[in-house]
Amino acid sequence: MSFVEYSEFIQDGDVAIVYLGHDSMMPVKVQQGAQTQTRYGVIRHSTDLIGQRYGSKVTCSKGGWVHVLHPTPELWTVNLPHRTQILYTTDIANITMMLELKPGSIVCESGTGSGSLSHAILRTIAPTGHLHTVEFHQQRAEKVAEEFREHRVAHLVTVRNQDVCKEGFGVTGVADAVFLDIPCPWEAVGHAKAAMKKQGGRVCSFSPCIEQVQRTCEALAAQGFEEISTLEVLLRVHDVRTVTLPLPDFGPDAAGETAAPPPAAQNHASLTCKTTTPPREMAGHTGYLTFATKPRT
Amino acid sequence: MADNGDEDAQYRIKEGDYVVLKRGDIFKAVQIQPKKKVVFEKQWFFLDNAVGHLYSTTFEIVSGGTLQPQRPKSTQSTCDAKEAGTDNRNIVDDGKSQKLTREDIETLKEQGLKGQEIIQQLIENSTTFRDKTEFAQEKYIKKKKKKYENIVTILKPSCRIMAMMYHGREPGKICHLRYDTLAQMLTLANIHAGSKVLVFETCAGLVLGAVMERMGGYGSVIQMYPGGGPVRAGVESFGFPTHFHDMLHEFPICHVNALLAGTLDTTAKDPNADAAQSSSTAEEEPTQPDPGQQGSPEEQSMDTSSGPDPPQDQDKEEKEKRKELKAQEKKVKMEEKRKKLAAAAAQLEGQNADGLVIASRFHPCPVLIGLLKFLAPSRPFVVYSQYKEALIECYTKLKEQGGTVNLRLTDTWLRHYQVLPNRTHPVLLMSGGGGYLLSGTTVATDNSKPAGSQRAEEPASKRLKLTDTEG
Repeated sequence: MSFVEYSEFIQDGDVAIVYLGHDSMMPVKVQQGAQTQTRYGVIRHSTDLIGQRYGSKVTCSKGGWVHVLHPTPELWTVNLPHRTQILYTTDIANITMMLELKPGSIVCESGTGSGSLSHAILRTIAPTGHLHTVEFHQQRAEKVAEEFREHRVAHLVTVRNQDVCKEGFGVTGVADAVFLDIPCPWEAVGHAKAAMKKQGGRVCSFSPCIEQVQRTCEALAAQGFEEISTLEVLLRVHDVRTVTLPLPDFGPDAAGETAAPPPAAQNHASLTCKTTTPPREMAGHTGYLTFATKPRT
Repeated sequence: MADNGDEDAQYRIKEGDYVVLKRGDIFKAVQIQPKKKVVFEKQWFFLDNAVGHLYSTTFEIVSGGTLQPQRPKSTQSTCDAKEAGTDNRNIVDDGKSQKLTREDIETLKEQGLKGQEIIQQLIENSTTFRDKTEFAQEKYIKKKKKKYENIVTILKPSCRIMAMMYHGREPGKICHLRYDTLAQMLTLANIHAGSKVLVFETCAGLVLGAVMERMGGYGSVIQMYPGGGPVRAGVESFGFPTHFHDMLHEFPICHVNALLAGTLDTTAKDPNADAAQSSSTAEEEPTQPDPGQQGSPEEQSMDTSSGPDPPQDQDKEEKEKRKELKAQEKKVKMEEKRKKLAAAAAQLEGQNADGLVIASRFHPCPVLIGLLKFLAPSRPFVVYSQYKEALIECYTKLKEQGGTVNLRLTDTWLRHYQVLPNRTHPVLLMSGGGGYLLSGTTVATDNSKPAGSQRAEEPASKRLKLTDTEG
């Protein structure tokens, strides 16, 4: 298992995703001899997981069963331990496309946070790209570096524990793309520019507040960035339902033909159809995404 | 410094390159061909002069349709707001504020005045420009610039640019797939280097190209195509290096049933086809047997050389020869086609693909159900449809037959913003919808069928007015 390469079978040391049911999952570090408690009973790693095919059904001790899934950055995003607020797949997808990431891209990122975006970036830039990620919180930087090792992507990433606004990314003139998710992105715009290739590249800043966007855009324009564009994306989930709608009874038709429908059927007359309903609540705001192009300098 | 020269070589526009022309938010994909007239935004010009310049260079179109690189100057506004009004109370729309007539402007153009100079003239001849607020002046100049500046920027194509271009110019050709929806698809399907991905699309090749870009030439992409042949004009416009095409396979869906039934005959005539088929496959899956023999071209050449046998009548022989050569050529072509089919079939046969992406004008349900069989367990798939109802049907069908988890029917809402000092707000127009996606993950279907298990299937609709579907 690796976050950048599929494997067929579960092995000792893998991180697997146990799928318990609708939107209910948990990450499991597979270890010879270990056990994991679920609401359907115990999973014994040595017998239930190791050597099994990813995607297989595993019967737990209480007779219930779960599916064991191969980890992907998207599954990790909904399963990772939160140490910070994280970026979700909808924003990540747009960031990846708008930053023009692809295998071989050199990317700078700050802050690393819980590593949700980092994993998605690594998946996209492997096997020949590299991620330079900067996190000013020491424990967080150490923890995420450990996760990168466990997920077998450590060779693709350099984690630096420093303040990007003061010390930059630790590299100059190498990046194809820079991503900023920090409280004062305008203070790091100059560092972002310095980190990027002289031939140019793309930059993105994620900020929840419009005031941050305002200042960041001014800084980007002042530093000579072009094609500055701010957007917002929201995910709308449609829950598939079967609905039954009763039909009203207007009484017998005056024009006659009263005998047509039997009265019993009329009382229970209803129509059933498949449709979707929106969830009662949804994420109405995550953050504004500001993109820009660094021209050749 | 010498290094820099080499380093830039890959950033220079070359003859034959596929490029994207840009002006404002308008894009157009073209190929650089000598003396080829290009029409873009009601203007025609030739791209010959662009050759040798760096990508992202902005050119001015001068008389005769010649391109001239624009000096990178940072002259922000034509006149630095000498005078400005405070509001619009004194501005009356009487259509008389501009003293220059249409004809005057045409004359200026004919005199060879550049866009910048024409705008200057317009400002000088506007009676109300000075009374406009600073913001309104800026807006006025921006508007006029768009109209009179004959500039075009030449860009290197990318998935982002291609997706925005198609969405802006020809949304009908790509089933109205919005760029952010395409972005979701690539991410939800976990497209990455080294995997084996199935693509079924009728989006002019945009989706296929996007998948290929994300795979960077590593792994394999199998285009499952309907009808006579694969449509992929859009893939050309991505301008991929030639080795990218080595990972691309194609398989007609009309042979899917035969392939699954094991009755597809791809080994016709040539008993060594199994060994030969992988020669066109650059990146083989490590799990597959690797015959890797390069014997096939030799065999072919041997075949052709065995053509002319007994030399008799000169004329007749010539004729015969030509005929035979033609037949031979046809044979070789057929053979190539067969080999391609065999190679694609070999990729599919293991039913161990890593991802499935569908975006087409066909009903997605049969496509999805048919192609899911080729995925390994625990692999993501994503289906795009312009219509939600079609995906509801897919969802229902998948719930019935099992073999998938994590099913989600979604769409995305996208809004752009104008960000300016004291004038930040959403852009007035936004896209009404970017299409719908159904995504999920395959799981093993062995053992007992998942139906009737502890997991809540769709409850009987009889009892409930509004029921949850879970899974």
